[in-house]
Amino acid sequence: MSNGFHLAWLEVWRNRARFLLFSLVIALITLLILFVAALGEGLGLGNREYLQKLDADLIVFQDTAQLQISASQISPAQLRAIRRVRGVDAAGAIAFAGASIPRASAKPMDISLIGVEPGLPGAPPVLSGKTLYRSASDEVVLDAVVAQMAGLAVGDRVTIRSIQDDRETLYDLTVIGITDSRKYSIRSAVFVPMDTWDRIRSQAMAGGSNMTELPHNIAAVRLADPTQADEVRQALLEQVDRVAIADRQATWENAPGYSEQQSTLNTQRGFALLIGVLVIGGFFQIQTLQKVGQIGMLKAVGTPNRTIAVASLLQIVLVTAIGVLIGGAAALGLAQVFPGNVPIVFTWESGLAAVGSIMLMGPLGGLVSIRYALRVEPLTALGLSA
Amino acid sequence: MTLALEAVQVTKEYPSPSGDGIITAVDRMEMALERGEFVALVGPSGSGKTTMLAMLAGLLAPNSGAIRIAGQDLTQMRERERTAFRRREIGFTFQDNNLVPYLTALENVEYMLRLNGEYDRPGRERARELLVRLGLEERLKSLPRQLSGGQQQRVAIARSLINQPTLVLADEPTASLDTERAFQVVETMAQLVHAENRAAIMVTHDLRMVEYCDRVIQMVDGRLERVLSTREDITCLVNPALCERIPLAVLGYEEDEALQVQYVEL
Ligand SMILES: Nc1ncnc2c1ncn2[C@@H]1O[C@H](COP(=O)(O)OP(=O)(O)OP(=O)(O)O)[C@@H](O)[C@H]1O
Ligand SMILES: [Mg+2]
Repeated sequence: MSNGFHLAWLEVWRNRARFLLFSLVIALITLLILFVAALGEGLGLGNREYLQKLDADLIVFQDTAQLQISASQISPAQLRAIRRVRGVDAAGAIAFAGASIPRASAKPMDISLIGVEPGLPGAPPVLSGKTLYRSASDEVVLDAVVAQMAGLAVGDRVTIRSIQDDRETLYDLTVIGITDSRKYSIRSAVFVPMDTWDRIRSQAMAGGSNMTELPHNIAAVRLADPTQADEVRQALLEQVDRVAIADRQATWENAPGYSEQQSTLNTQRGFALLIGVLVIGGFFQIQTLQKVGQIGMLKAVGTPNRTIAVASLLQIVLVTAIGVLIGGAAALGLAQVFPGNVPIVFTWESGLAAVGSIMLMGPLGGLVSIRYALRVEPLTALGLSA
Repeated sequence: MTLALEAVQVTKEYPSPSGDGIITAVDRMEMALERGEFVALVGPSGSGKTTMLAMLAGLLAPNSGAIRIAGQDLTQMRERERTAFRRREIGFTFQDNNLVPYLTALENVEYMLRLNGEYDRPGRERARELLVRLGLEERLKSLPRQLSGGQQQRVAIARSLINQPTLVLADEPTASLDTERAFQVVETMAQLVHAENRAAIMVTHDLRMVEYCDRVIQMVDGRLERVLSTREDITCLVNPALCERIPLAVLGYEEDEALQVQYVEL
């Protein structure tokens, strides 16, 4: 063991330029894997953040919408019926639209304009200022990213731009509160009372404007007893006409492209990992091939195979670990300088999973070279082959 | 007292590359060495010298025959035992890939101590003394690539002796050296072998190197051709022009090759 360590360490140390160069290659691969993971996390979060933070246990859709929020319309009558079902503590209507906020020195910032019912599930809690409390008002709550990107604070006026009949229309509203980041559809969110939402949202989306009552996309249902979810779900289906029901996770997983995006990114991560394994394996295999004579000599003078294996493995682990450390540090550094609107989110879980997988897969790639080293005949030291 | 080395009727056959025949690379070879003997193994290319050396080192199993080092039969050992036996009882110098390139001169010698679990203060002191004796006092901390070929060979000689092995084996240790350095290296090796009472076998192509040897064993076609054991015979072998008494024919050469033989490799 200690002889293996002695050989491994001195070989790396006395060839540190070469090994460092290779560690840098591993660092780049680590960086790539971490970024793909962060991108997956960022895009995923951008799609589900609002839904994930929603204070609701069940989401009610129109039955024909196939659990797609944009295709779903819940009528006020359905909403009233939902509220009458036993076990429903509260139900809030939620409506989604796209809009933007013009900025003085940058291009307009795209946002998700979310209409909610003050005081009911769907309306966000605030970090500062007040929550929405009146239904027809010109008051908005911004998520923290919008506030930061648009340079807005509580009490400021904010201009929302939306398209009405092919013409852009501007609405001036007052910021009364700021909530934490609650992205929906990869855009940061602006929350307005439902009536205000109906005024602002793009009318091209409205379908027939001859509707007498305002339709919403979904209803967020909070249960009196969350353990009763199955029973209430059943009751809702029986007592409310033409609805479909999902929990929050099923809702975001059903968002258009969500799972496809995640699986694409997971495939990319897998490929990056595979490339890492092949590169590490290739490097050490080439090195072993160059050292055949030397390995033969070590064995001829009486080095046990165990020592050779320990030395090879330690070397691979060391070089991989240094590369992963450098790559991880670089990713951490880059994460600090990325602006908030880039959908890149480093989480400890996904970061450690990525780092752990390289630390594990690297030596796996090196196994081929270790096996090869173990099979070198000591006879080669004399220039003979068996 | 047991012989340092005893090889009895050792035979090695290789399958011939052409097909189903066999090549008898070593044919019923006999050898016996006492401690303190420095023996040269010579013979034309392909005569089986390296194959014989590999078997003596326990790196290659003979098809038949017995090899005993310090009374222990190599052919009866299991692989693991042979490896352990090699690191204790046999010292090596090779033609190339001799030293570990990322270890210094001193570390290369000390590595043998580490292998045998004797990496202690007296061991390290011995390694240093041996290198100093070989004229490498200034180069203890040099890496092999910073040493000349002759210096590298001297480090290898130190490594081959540090464990106080019964047998020292050297395969063409002077092949990559110029004549002057080659003489120096072999002379030092002979001195140390004699002083430390080891048995040593040196394979060489260069007949002039046998000057420092106590005996010359000549192989031809895998067989023991001849053993020269008197100083007189060896001197004649080294310098045939000075010596009428040993006709070159004895060594397997035609008369008119006489002048070449001095310099041409056997
Ligand atoms: N692996 C092998 N397979 C088949 N034949 C072999 C093998 N190794 C060696 N031989 C043959 O065995 C014979 C002896 O080879 P060996 O290398 O021992 O000779 P040598 O005396 O050391 O030659 P040289 O002076 O050129 O080093 C040669 O005919 C060689 O071709
Ligand atoms: Mg040879």
